[in-house]
This record gives sequence, C-alpha cells and structure tokens, in this order.
Amino acid sequence: MTEPILTMRGIGKQFPGVTALSNVDFRLLPGEVHALMGENGAGKSTLLKVLTGVYSVDEGEIELDGRPLRFGTPLQAQQAGISTVYQEVNLCPNLSVAENIFVGREPRWLLGINWRAMRRRATELLARLQIDIDVSADLGTYSLAIQQMVAIARALDVEAKVLVLDEPTSSLDATEVAELFRIMRQVKQSGVAIAFVTHFIDQVYEISDRITVLRNGRLVGEYLTRELPQMQLVTRMIGKELEVLDRLEEHQAKRSLAALESSRPVIEARELGRRGAVAPFSMTIHAGEVVGLAGLLGSGRTEVARLMFGADRADHGQVLVDGEPAGVRNPRAAMARDIAFCSENRRTEGLVGELTVRENVILALQAARGWTRPIPRRRQDELVAKYISALQITPANPDLAVRDLSGGNQQKVMLARWLITEPRVLILDEPTRGIDVGAKAEIQRLVVQLSDGGMAVLFISAELEEVLRLSHKIAVLRDRRMVTELANDEDVDADRIMETIASGAQS
Amino acid sequence: MTSPDSQVASSPTQRLRDLTRHRLFWPIVVLIALLITSAIVSEVRNFQPFFSITVREGGLYGPLINILRYGSVLMLVAVGMTLVIATSGIDLSVGAVVAVSGAMACLWISRLDNENSLGGVLVAVVVALGLAALLGAWNGFLVAGIGIQPIIATLILLVAGRGLAQLITSGQIITVNSGPYERIGGGFLFTFPVPVLLAAAVTAFAMLLTRRTALGMMIEAVGGNAEASRLAGIGARRIKLLVYTFSGFCAGVAGLIYASSFKGADGNNAGLFIELDAILAVVIGGTSLAGGRFSLSGTVVGVLMIQSLTTSIYAMGVPPETSMLFKALVVTAVCLIQSPAFRAKVTLGRRRPGAPPPPTPAPAEKAEVAA
Repeated sequence: MTEPILTMRGIGKQFPGVTALSNVDFRLLPGEVHALMGENGAGKSTLLKVLTGVYSVDEGEIELDGRPLRFGTPLQAQQAGISTVYQEVNLCPNLSVAENIFVGREPRWLLGINWRAMRRRATELLARLQIDIDVSADLGTYSLAIQQMVAIARALDVEAKVLVLDEPTSSLDATEVAELFRIMRQVKQSGVAIAFVTHFIDQVYEISDRITVLRNGRLVGEYLTRELPQMQLVTRMIGKELEVLDRLEEHQAKRSLAALESSRPVIEARELGRRGAVAPFSMTIHAGEVVGLAGLLGSGRTEVARLMFGADRADHGQVLVDGEPAGVRNPRAAMARDIAFCSENRRTEGLVGELTVRENVILALQAARGWTRPIPRRRQDELVAKYISALQITPANPDLAVRDLSGGNQQKVMLARWLITEPRVLILDEPTRGIDVGAKAEIQRLVVQLSDGGMAVLFISAELEEVLRLSHKIAVLRDRRMVTELANDEDVDADRIMETIASGAQS
Repeated sequence: MTSPDSQVASSPTQRLRDLTRHRLFWPIVVLIALLITSAIVSEVRNFQPFFSITVREGGLYGPLINILRYGSVLMLVAVGMTLVIATSGIDLSVGAVVAVSGAMACLWISRLDNENSLGGVLVAVVVALGLAALLGAWNGFLVAGIGIQPIIATLILLVAGRGLAQLITSGQIITVNSGPYERIGGGFLFTFPVPVLLAAAVTAFAMLLTRRTALGMMIEAVGGNAEASRLAGIGARRIKLLVYTFSGFCAGVAGLIYASSFKGADGNNAGLFIELDAILAVVIGGTSLAGGRFSLSGTVVGVLMIQSLTTSIYAMGVPPETSMLFKALVVTAVCLIQSPAFRAKVTLGRRRPGAPPPPTPAPAEKAEVAA
C-alpha cells in the first residue's frame, strides 16, 4: 500500500459545552477519493475545518507528507497544499471568472496586474478540466455548478496535494453531478488526494475509493468502499438499524388519490404565474394530500412555491383557499390564510442566525399575533420544548444561538417554526437538502404524519425517490413550465418521471 | 452531543471567567477606570472632591450629577440610535433634528403673548416633539417605503434639517425667557435634575417597549436577517418606520433639553456631531453596526463612558484645541480593550490558550518551512 499523504491522529476539538471531536484518526492516500460520512453533528465539518486551518486543534497531530503541521489560518493550510471548496461556493459573484481564480495571486507585470495573462491562464486552467466558458464574464452569471467548478479550478491551481470538497453536490442536479465527478476522477489521476463530504449515499458509491465514518464526534471506522455494503454504511452512521423508510412507502400507498380528491381543495393555484419566474400553472392540493414537485434544478420548482406563499408577487392568475380568492400578495397575507413555507435556503431566507432556537421557533407565530401581543414566556417554553422533543432537535437547548446548530437541526427548527402556527397548507422546499439520513427519515415521517392529520403539503425535492415515496401526485416542471401532473400509482416510477422531464411530454 | 463542561460552571474561577465574558464587563471596567482617573485629577489638580453630592436649593449638585445632566442629551439620542442600528440601519440626522426641535419650541414660545404661560409652553413642546417625530417618520419612509440606504436617506435630513432649523429661526439665534421652559433643561424634580429624569424615563420606556412586548425580538430579527423575517411574516417596513420615528422623537426631546439649558435656539450648533457620539456609545455598548442583537443597557454604559470622558477632559485641563484628538485616542484604546480578538493577540505572546504542549519542538516553524 502507498504511504498516506496526509495523516491526522487523535484529533480532539472542543467548543464551549460541546466536544465536537474526540480522538479521531483520518488519513488520505494520494490519488484516492475518500468519503467522510456521518450524520449531522457527527463532526465531519469540524474535522475538515481543523484540516483546513479554520479551527485550531485542541489535541492530536496532523502530518502532511511526513512532516508535522499546525495551521493557524486557512491561508497557511492552502500554502501547505491543502485546498478547500466549501458547501456554499465562497467566491465573489461580482468578479469575473478569471479574477476569482487568481484573486490574491494575480499575474503581474510592470504596471500592475497583467489582465491578458490572467485571462489566458484561466482559460487554460478551465480547459484542462474541459470547461469552456468566457472567463471575463462575471462569475455570478453562471450556474452554481459552473461556479463550483471554478472554485475547484482555483483550488487546483495552487499546487494542491489535498483537495477538500465539503458537500459540493448539494445544490447540483444530476448532469452537473456527473460533470463534477468527471473532473474529480481527472484530478485524482494526477495524484491529488480528495476528501469528500456528501449526504448522497449513491454518490459515495459512485465516486469514492474509501470511506471514513464518524458518529458523535468519534471515529467509527475506515473502510474500502467496495467492501462496505450500503445498508452497513447507513447502520454505522446512525448506530442503529433503519427500517423507517421501508415502512413509510407501504403506508403512503394505502391512501387512494380519488378518495383524497373527492372534497374541495384546500388550496388551488389558478393560472398562477410570474414573468421570468414560472409560466402560468394550475394546481390543487386537498386536505391530507401531499403533492410533489419534480424537475431539474432551475426548472421553476422554487418559483412555484414562492408564488403560492406570496414570497414573490404573481403577475398572472390567483391563489384560492377554500375556493375563495385568498389574495396572497405577501407572506403575511398567506399566513393569515394558514399557509406556511419553509424556504430551501435555511441560512439566507430561513433562520436568523444570531437569535436563539426559541426565538427562531416562535418568530412566525409572534409575527402573526403582532408585536403588541407577546407570547407569554411560559407558553413559549412549552411550545419550544414540545417541538424540541417531538422533532428531536439536538442539542436540546432552546437558548442556543441557532447558527451553532448543525444543518439538520436547523431544518427542524424551521419546521417547528411553521408547525406551531398550525397551518393548513405546508410548503416545503427542499426540506431534506444537506441533512443526514437519520434526520431525513424523521422529516419524511413527519410529512406523512402531518398529511395523515389533514394537512395539505406541497413537497419539493431534487431527489426523485423522496418525491415518489411521499407524494400522492406529482407535478413535473421543465424549463419554468409545469408540463404534467401524474397520479403516483403503480406505474409511476423514477424512470417514468425522468423521461417526462427529459421529453417534456404532456401526458 | 453532550455537554460535559456544564458541571464545572459553579467553581469560583469559572464564575470569574463568566463575569469577564459578560458583554458589559469591559465597558463597565473602563467606565470605572475613567471615573477614578477623573476623581484623582479633580482632587489633585483642582482640590475638589469628585464623588461628593450636595443638596442645594432642592436640587442635587456634584461632578457625578453633572455627568448625568450633561449626558442626558446624548443618552436620549443614543437610545433611539440603538434601535435604528439594531435594524441594521443608521440615523445620521439626529443632530439636525435636535436643532429643529429646539428651534421650533423656541420660535413658538417667543411668539407667545406671555412666555411664562405653562399652557403655551406645553403646546410648544408638543409641536416641537411632533415635528421631530414627523422628521423621523420621513427617514423611515425613505428607508422602508422607498428602499434608500439608511446612511443616504438620513444624510439627506442631516443636511436639510440644519437648513430647516435655520429657516425656522430665520438664521438668527432665538432667545427665550420662559420660566416653565427653562425648567426642562435646568429644573429639578424630587431633587433630581429634570433632563436626567427625562432621559431615564425615555430609556426605561424604550426598554419596556422592546422587552415586555415582542418588538425587541422583531427588531433583532429584521436586523439579523431581513429576508428571513419577511418570509416569517414580520412587517419589516412598519418596524423600521417605527424605530426611525422613535429616533426622531428621542432627538426631539434632546433638542428641547439642549435649547432650554441654552435659553435659546441655535440652528447651527445645536446637536452638532452628536450623531457620531451616539453611534459610538451604541457600539461601545455592544450593539453591532451590522444590526441584530441590541443592548439598551449597554448603550447606557456607553453614554456614561463618553460623557465622563468629555467631563474629565475638561477637568484635566486638556487645552480645547487638542481635546477632540485626546478623546479620539481614548476611544480607540477603549474599543481595542473591548475587542476579544485584540486581547487574544496581546496575551498570545504569553500563552496560547487551549494548546497542548507541542508534540514535536516548534511545530509552527516547521509548518512555515513546509509552506
């Protein structure tokens, strides 16, 4: 076996009140893709941040190429040959592609920056990854996937020995993921070691050579990917057997669409549309019904949700609640009609990071009551405690700033915020994105429970399996147009939906 | 995740550490240090006891009382400013509103048949405060209704407000000779100076308003993440309109006090540069200029600190032409002492907290070699 290029031994990291990592070993071999797996809060991100110099280590040692390292800053780690591409692309969308690649180390000549050389080298660099784009255009004009690849190109150009990819695929669609994987394979051919975090288990098996599993800040083990069956991986990640998902499917199949749709719909979109966002569409959701939205990234899924909640103002058609025009001009109006909306962007559109879990949970209910009628403290505590235990939010401390929670727990806080308003219509935009298997199952189970209780749910997810598992009927979007609506019966499966998306056929 | 450290929280050293981590710890330490310095200077240089408070003619007098009295104008302005900053805004126009409010009150009183009529003075006060609140609401309208950046929107009134004050006073200094009006700035009630009571009342009102209702949380939500707040159904516009109006009102009260103790309205100099002191007091008190979490009690400490600094500069006999520079140096030092990042840097030479003994000699140097 070849010598590891990077070895981390006995790594420990503590935050006030929390042991994030305890005695964790991690190593990377040159030319391998190494997946780091674990539930939310297992310590994956912390380990990577220790590796990339964002956090200092409390215990343990790091060796790169046999030499001990201790980074004070991300810049030092980068100079030592460890490059990182984070989950949220952290480049500047208002700078050009070339500027983004070379910012901080621009090619210079006598009178300052040599722009021509910069553009030429950027083009070459991207060409090596077989990406052909105009490097003088603003980065923000390209898709997230391209931005991600630009970030990778930047990371590689600094003579990286180790490339760290923290959930690079969470906002990419299937073709974009394939493209990313092609580039990752190319990179590993050149001997670079890639550390890779994702929540998509299929992707781990597609791309990785080796897997390290963490749980609760401790090392569970390191495995060769081909020797670890998927079920065992999941079992090791969550530390218990997982049967919930299978049970769900049976359950949801029992309820027939016809029975559900015999009554008047709770919410109806009638020729609802907005120029530049989504073409006019019509849709009904009945009490106890889950409607799934399927479509590629950018197909208009989120736009549909935002129009129905009044987050954006429609310029065509209307939303009806109980058969009457509801006038959802803005979120407040939608809330008055018992509509709730969990945005896909928890960080920018969902939570107020510096406020506590308690404050974030009561925010919508308090907004509905108005500021002059505060929710009594005891009632707040009751509500928050109830949902912390019902949704198993950890740490179960209502006074923690919500930004200190892991992604999955933040998502649960979002859900709790809307559930305490007791909505009749719940719009969930990518509620399971970027969260781990256990939390994902919990949220799916919750959706089933809520719809059983009579709630009308609009469920959006990039994962077709999930949409199929939960929905009674599925609306398919393509190029910002709703192309068809399918009853989710026996002859509908992922292939059929993919086909519909691909062909755009109106069936 | 477990929290294994929770049991040790009660040990004395831990308690001390919690105390030093309290966000008002350093501002209060600096405030006390300033007061002690002033006291020493005052005793040694001027042979005056600093901490003595005497009662004369039904009112309290003494250096400490003076700090409170002269600080009341800044206190009022800073309270309004705190709420505006918490919504991630800023109000540069407060100084101008101070001038307008004083000018309006003095103009009204000067036109009374009897400047000493209590009813007439009350009307003047109401009119001046109404105008100040209206100007604040104008700011709020520009920011929340039209969407102009707060710094630009209030800059407009910073300039226009001075003009308005000049217009009201016709470019003159209007002097008034009104007993009831002079009591606002110079009178006593229950032995306390009236301006101190006014500032305390408005501050207490703001604290109750924000913390006994849900307004404080909503202001913090809007300032912390405006889009998330909108999607949670918070009427961010209404909240912004409210805080800018309140800020105008606070500046209005401050303007009444200023013009009353001056016995006249000076459109040029009333409240000049007070917005800068107010912003400084808010920041020293621990409210971030980026918005979000705010602390009115922090602002109180910040105001007291700035005012005792101003007072002690006079007491120390720093020549007026250098006093601004001196103040700037002290404020810079205060801000640095408060910054955890700076303190960490200063103490870094002595020990690296949390770092275990290095496994190999001088690993930091080796890392640099590797780079």
